[in-house]
Amino acid sequence: MHELSIAENIVEIAVASLKGNGRAVVREIELEIGTLSGIEIDALTFAMDAATKHTPLQHAEVRILTVQGRARCNACAAEYDAADFFSPCPACGGFDSTTLQGEEMRVKSLLVQD
Amino acid sequence: MCDTCGCTQPDDAVTIRKPGSVPDHGLEHGHTHTHANGTTHTHAHDHAHDHGHQHEHEHSHGHGHTHTHADGTTHTHEHDHAHDHGHQNTHDHAHGTHSITIETDILQKNNLLAERNRGWFEAKGILALNLVSSPGSGKTSLLERTIRELGGRLPVSVIEGDQQTMNDADRIQKAGAPVVQVNTGNGCHLDADMVHRAFRDLNPPDGSVLLIENVGNLVCPSLFDLGEAKRVVIMSVTEGEDKPLKYPNMFRSADICVINKIDLLPYLDFDLPKAKEYALQVNHHLTFIDLSVKSGEGFDGWLAWLIEQAGK
Repeated sequence: MHELSIAENIVEIAVASLKGNGRAVVREIELEIGTLSGIEIDALTFAMDAATKHTPLQHAEVRILTVQGRARCNACAAEYDAADFFSPCPACGGFDSTTLQGEEMRVKSLLVQD
Repeated sequence: MCDTCGCTQPDDAVTIRKPGSVPDHGLEHGHTHTHANGTTHTHAHDHAHDHGHQHEHEHSHGHGHTHTHADGTTHTHEHDHAHDHGHQNTHDHAHGTHSITIETDILQKNNLLAERNRGWFEAKGILALNLVSSPGSGKTSLLERTIRELGGRLPVSVIEGDQQTMNDADRIQKAGAPVVQVNTGNGCHLDADMVHRAFRDLNPPDGSVLLIENVGNLVCPSLFDLGEAKRVVIMSVTEGEDKPLKYPNMFRSADICVINKIDLLPYLDFDLPKAKEYALQVNHHLTFIDLSVKSGEGFDGWLAWLIEQAGK
C-alpha cells in the first residue's frame, strides 16, 4: 500500500503549488501514471480519498492519465508495447531492453477555483 | 495514543530509536506545575515540530468613519478591509477557475533527499546497502552472521526497518553492531527521510558499512530510493522460483540477488536455475550469490562481495 505515501506526496506537491492561498479550492487534479510505474490505479484512487481530507483538494476530481509502457530491445533495436518487465522482445525474443516510457509518476496540473 | 510508551504520539507515526531508549518523537522538555491545592510536580513531555513552508499574507485593516445624518445626529462606526496578497501567476478561465501547470515527479522530494544521503555516504566513504525481500527470507539472520563474520575487519552498523517492535534491533545489538530501529507505523517501506534521520542518530564511522534492512515487502520498497550504493534483493528457496516474475519492480531495481537457505534444496522442489532465469528476464544485469546463513555454505562469496564493494 505504498499508494498512500504516493498520495500524500501528491497532496504535498499540489498544496505547495497553491503558494499559501489557504482559501483556494482545487476542482481537479491531473496525474500522469505509467503502467510500469508500480502504482495500482485503484489503490491510488482509494488513497487519494484519504490523503485529501481536510486539504484544499478534498473535493477535487482526480484525473489519471495512464501512459502505456514502451520498450526498445537492446539486441535488435525493435520498439514495442511493454505490458511488463519480463516479456521477451516480440521481434528477436531477447530480454535485454530499455524502457522508453511507462514509468511516469507526475502531478501534471491543477484546476483551481478563484 | 502510542502503544509503545503511552505518549500522545499517534501510533501510526514513524519512530526512530536505539535499543533501550524511549521513542524519540522530537524535542523533549519538562515543566513544573503548581496545582490549586499547593502540590507541585514536574513532568516531561514531547513536542513534535512541524515546520511548514507556506507563506500567507493576509491582514485586515480596521478603521472608523464618522457620519453626520440629515437630521443632525452623528455616529461613528467601524469596518474592516481584508487584503489578500496572492503569489500565483494566474490565468483566468471563463468559469472562475484557473489551471496551474505543475509537471512534478511525485517522488521528487524523496529522490532529492536520497541523493543528499548518497552524497553524505560518499563523502564519508560509507558503503550503504538497501536490503529488500519478503518477510521471512532471512534478512535479519543474514545481517547477524555478517556482523559476526566480518568481526573487526570492517565496522558495520545497521538501520532496521519494521512496522512495529524493537525485536530486530535487539537481535542486531546482541550480534554486536550499533543499530537504530525505524518503526514505520502503518508505513510499508522506508523512505529517504527516515534513513536520513536514522543515520544522523547512528552516526556511522567513516569507511564503514551501513546495512539498511528495509520493511519485509517485495512491492512498496522498490519505488523508494534511500541513497544506497547498491540494492540487495534476498529470496529464499522456500519461496516460489517465480518470485521475480510476480514482483518484477523489486527485482528490476536490485543490483544483486542473494538466494538464501540453499541447505534446504535437497528437501524442496525449488528449481534454482529456473529462479535465476526468471530473475534475469526481469533484470538482465542481476548477479547472484547462493548461500545458507544457517550452514554457512556460500557465505564467503557474500563477504567477499561486501569487502570488494567497500573498497577494502
